[in-house]
Amino acid sequence: MSKVIEQPRYSCALGAEQTVVAIRRAVPVLHSGPGCCNKITSLIGQGEAYAGGSTIPCTNSNERDVVFGGVDKLRSVVKGALQVIDADLYVILTGCTASIVGDDIDSVAQEFRSAGKPVVCAETGGFKTNNYRSHETVVNAVIDQYVDAHRAEGGVQKGLVNVFATVPYQDPYWNGNLAELKRVLDGIGLKANILFGQESGGLPEWKNIPNAEFNIVASSWVGLGIAEHLKKKYGTPYLHFPYLPVGGLETSRFLRQVAEFGKLDKKRAEDFIGREERKFYSFLERMADFLLEFRYGLPRRFYTILDASYAVGFAKYLVNELGILPARQFVVDNTPEEFRDEVRGEFAHLSDRRSAPVEFETDGGVIQQKIREDENKTRALILGSGWDRDLAKDLNADLLILSVPVEYRLVLNCGYAGYNGGLRVIEDLYDRVLGTYR
Amino acid sequence: MSTVNLKSPEVVIREVRLGSITGFQGDAEKLVKKSHGGTLEDVPRRFSQCTGCSSGQAFCQLCMIPDAAVINHAPIGCMGDAEGFNFVYREGQVERDLPRSSGRYFSTNIDESDTIFGGTKTLQDAIQTVFERVHPHAIFVTTSCASGITGDDVESVTREMTEKLGIPVVACFCEGFKSKIWTTGFDSAYHAIVRGIVKPPRKKTNQVNIINFWGSHIFDGLLHRLGYEPRYIVAFSTIRELEHISEAAASIQVCQTLGTYLGAALEQVYGVPEIKTSPGYGVEGTDEWLRELGRVLDRRDEVEKIIAEGHARVLPELEKVREQFQGKTAFVTAGAAHGHALIAVLRELGFDVKGAAIFHHDPVYDNGCERSDMLARDVKDYGDIQNFNVCNKQAFELVNLLKRTKPDIFIARHGGMTVWGAKLGIPTLLIGDEQLSFGYDGILRYAERIAETLDNTEFVTNLAKHSTMPYTKWWLEQDPYAFLGGDMVVESY
Repeated sequence: MSKVIEQPRYSCALGAEQTVVAIRRAVPVLHSGPGCCNKITSLIGQGEAYAGGSTIPCTNSNERDVVFGGVDKLRSVVKGALQVIDADLYVILTGCTASIVGDDIDSVAQEFRSAGKPVVCAETGGFKTNNYRSHETVVNAVIDQYVDAHRAEGGVQKGLVNVFATVPYQDPYWNGNLAELKRVLDGIGLKANILFGQESGGLPEWKNIPNAEFNIVASSWVGLGIAEHLKKKYGTPYLHFPYLPVGGLETSRFLRQVAEFGKLDKKRAEDFIGREERKFYSFLERMADFLLEFRYGLPRRFYTILDASYAVGFAKYLVNELGILPARQFVVDNTPEEFRDEVRGEFAHLSDRRSAPVEFETDGGVIQQKIREDENKTRALILGSGWDRDLAKDLNADLLILSVPVEYRLVLNCGYAGYNGGLRVIEDLYDRVLGTYR
Repeated sequence: MSTVNLKSPEVVIREVRLGSITGFQGDAEKLVKKSHGGTLEDVPRRFSQCTGCSSGQAFCQLCMIPDAAVINHAPIGCMGDAEGFNFVYREGQVERDLPRSSGRYFSTNIDESDTIFGGTKTLQDAIQTVFERVHPHAIFVTTSCASGITGDDVESVTREMTEKLGIPVVACFCEGFKSKIWTTGFDSAYHAIVRGIVKPPRKKTNQVNIINFWGSHIFDGLLHRLGYEPRYIVAFSTIRELEHISEAAASIQVCQTLGTYLGAALEQVYGVPEIKTSPGYGVEGTDEWLRELGRVLDRRDEVEKIIAEGHARVLPELEKVREQFQGKTAFVTAGAAHGHALIAVLRELGFDVKGAAIFHHDPVYDNGCERSDMLARDVKDYGDIQNFNVCNKQAFELVNLLKRTKPDIFIARHGGMTVWGAKLGIPTLLIGDEQLSFGYDGILRYAERIAETLDNTEFVTNLAKHSTMPYTKWWLEQDPYAFLGGDMVVESY
């Protein structure tokens, strides 16, 4: 049995460099081969940002470092980074070279910390795991080696929550998704730390992580490792909402669970939910006649080639609120075995009366082959990535690119989570559908 | 001159083979003198930013062969650039009226157990799977830092699978840590092609190999007029076509940085003459290049006519264009030979090139011929260039230099560099098609794009006003070469 992957849709452990890039005024310092960053940002980069892409300091390991170890070089590059790059946090991350050789990066980071410099480190050798898992490793490293020592004063604050909902850049719509989750959580009376992106407060927010009243994981499985860690370390309880909430039904469900878990003022929460639902459903109502009357054909079934959080979140939304029914569902994030049953459970109850089988498969070639073998009688929608363009064309299907590689879309603050995200799905989906007509 | 050794599975890296470097500060004349005098030495850096690696460059040459599959024997992250190249591949199909298809790219997805117990079985299984799924005419296996350090015997696996499957399964050794000059990856890919695909010539043909990336087909008219057929390699050529590039009448280089090894290998092994004069950029450069082409293809008289016509067509226009650019300054960042070419064209247009950050420097090419040196031609035809920095995409040095030199235009040839011009409010131009500025007409084509860019200041002015700068004030006040050489703690680059 080959474990080959055609058409990669995620990166290696070092891909979590993008987690650091997503923190305002933080910069990764790679102790890796020379091409790693280039390859990672090709798949999951979105421009240079503040100090990402070609700005990222790197030891560019060579043969000598592999044979004799590269710790001295790392020290020199970190020292230079502190002088040259204007940042508030420097995160050393290893690539395959340093991880196989076994360079002692902890000591290097420790030396700089002892001198009062904000330098932390994490083992992210590419072969160790993928960037979903190492996102947790990197966040936990920042918490242990930086946040803990700089904890904001005041202790636990009522209503303060940390949100772990998405892997920055691996989720192309991370910025928009986090912004909307913050908006709705703030709306029901919380103060949400989203930690990453434009709407976050940057490192001051991170320093406040231990002071949260509780944590929210809004994701199938990524983030649970962080929430568990925080529970052990600071005793912070957490709520797990096991997918990305998209649209009216699921966002309201999400907010009610949060309100109950956090024992929030029920009236305030319900007032907000009511206002948001009225807005959301007024638009849904407005487009219902289009959905019902358009005579030239709209997609009636959907294929999913997404990570677990997106797969479940979109499936529920499309089934319940847009009337598009599930065809084959593929989850492509190499979901760890222990979380698969929960994902299967969600697909078993997409609505009160509908289920769909789900397959866990990381090889895009296999997935596409299976979809091609399907009977293709009605117009289909493919929720996938840039890799699925030929598949969509060959099947005359509509393609909404939700996963990396994005390639054929330019993403800024677009997000699909929440009430606003649900509306955005409708606009983007039917923009593509209507765009096929002459 | 380096000797091509097809018996060896691996190509010798550029540092060793050609004496190439990635660190130098000074003027271009000094660099040329040191290069030709054999006294060039690399200067390392104490601080560095991420660059690029051989595996990406090898992949970019192997991934657009329509009937081949590529397997990257690596952790999954090393294939991050695959869809980007696939995009280029697909757009190239449109330009060439080829049927739509995606490249077949695979990762063996090396994990921790492969690094402990070895990954050869993983690779074997992958090759079998790919063969059954794709039925390609050849499979290329590119290596990685992980497979290289672990010591997987990729050569043996590919040899065995070649026998078992009956198609060439060719190893391409391009571990990122092996060479700090990422263009070594081009050599790795070409070594794999010449070693594993190209067959001895059955006969000589009137085809001319054009070693290029995936640029426009500007040589068609010229070669047809001389009675020859262009064959643009490697992208968009099939395995069957590549088997016979040994039968060509000559090989043209668009950029010596790209094609040095392939040109030399085809000449040394199969006697295909390489056009050794530096590629035709700028008027004098084009004159000499055409004359060399005429000599090798035995079309001297026709070439003289082409030169005369070219001059008549372009020179009067060029005079006008030069007036427009009088007194303007430029700064260039690009890969080596093509960067030198862009400098030639800019100076032909009357620009004062205030400096350059060129990604590496090859003191000599594989053919050992000094006439191939585009930088030497720049210096000879147009005079010295100050602030000539050899710098492998070290943006921190570039930003510092740009702030000092304040050029009227910033010309970049690789992604990730352009924002630094624009963020400083400098009109910035990146042209993907390296053939655009080739030859007489190329100078005018380029001039048009430059004029357009120079005129478009609103965008960069506004962007500069609202942009952030990740470099410290301290750094921007230092000498741009402060981290180059000097008091060395460790070897870094």
